[in-house]
Amino acid sequence: MTETRDRRRITVDALAIGAGTGAYGISFGALAVTNGFSPWQTQVLSLGMFTGASQFATVAILGGGGTLIAAVATALLLGLRNGLYAVSLAGPLAPRGWQRAGLAQLTIDESTAMAVAHSEDPDPGAMRYAFGATGLSVFVLWNVGTLVGALAAGAIGDPRMYGLDAAAAAAFLALLWPRLGHREARVVALVAALVTLVLIPVVSPGVPVLASALVAVGAGLWRGRGATS
Amino acid sequence: MWPAVVLGSVGCYLLKLAGYLAPRHWLERPRVQRVTALIPVAMLAALVVVQTFSTGQSLTVDARAAGVAAGFVALLLRAHFIVVVVVAGAVAALLRAAGWGA
Repeated sequence: MTETRDRRRITVDALAIGAGTGAYGISFGALAVTNGFSPWQTQVLSLGMFTGASQFATVAILGGGGTLIAAVATALLLGLRNGLYAVSLAGPLAPRGWQRAGLAQLTIDESTAMAVAHSEDPDPGAMRYAFGATGLSVFVLWNVGTLVGALAAGAIGDPRMYGLDAAAAAAFLALLWPRLGHREARVVALVAALVTLVLIPVVSPGVPVLASALVAVGAGLWRGRGATS
Repeated sequence: MWPAVVLGSVGCYLLKLAGYLAPRHWLERPRVQRVTALIPVAMLAALVVVQTFSTGQSLTVDARAAGVAAGFVALLLRAHFIVVVVVAGAVAALLRAAGWGA
């Protein structure tokens, strides 16, 4: 009885998260097309890359005159965290064989957060269910949102007239926001922002964002030295 | 665009898959975890700056900055991220319509 009720609650949560990211997918689709991506290319990003921060970065860097290498390297560095989520989920979710191929694609911020939130439930299958339901819900609605946004963007004129460039900047801020919980993260964000401001006039587009990753590497290793010794 | 779309998509998928196949002890080292958690923080902060203040290689303060500031206020008020994005776009669009910060 309670098990079904708990599962139903997880389903409702998963659909709500999917609806929210779906709405966000509309802005991604619109931004990609106004940055010169075709609706097909935009859709392949949402189906294949399927990790929001990397997708927004690919579109912003190529749209801003950055190189192929800068765009791909930034997308991969931003996608690195999904690999780390997979490492921590591999034990509890215990996927076998080809299951891994499917689960891998659904391994993103939202599905991982829901899986972790239900890892201590009395129902032993809850974690797996929460991960799958959230991953599928976000995958479907993010792609539907992308399609809607990409098609709608084709119908409008100058994207700047609608403030879509400011919307893209705010999208990055909204993606950053939930990661600023610790003081260390806030310091890293501030230093990275300052480094970027200094670099923009002196290096080619796309490079400042890549260089900012070094701030994270430096901060992580420097603090790690104290913590492990 | 296609090379970036395909290479980025394949790469991001392989990173996810690698996590399920990798030996756990290597990636569970605290330093690797900390660096991997901080990379998106630094890069997203950099992307906010680039998208708000840069036009090619020059720095400018225009309607985008006002839009992002409005989005920041929305985040402080715990707005959902789609509200943040829409508020930022709307403020920038209204300012431009009024002839400021084009």
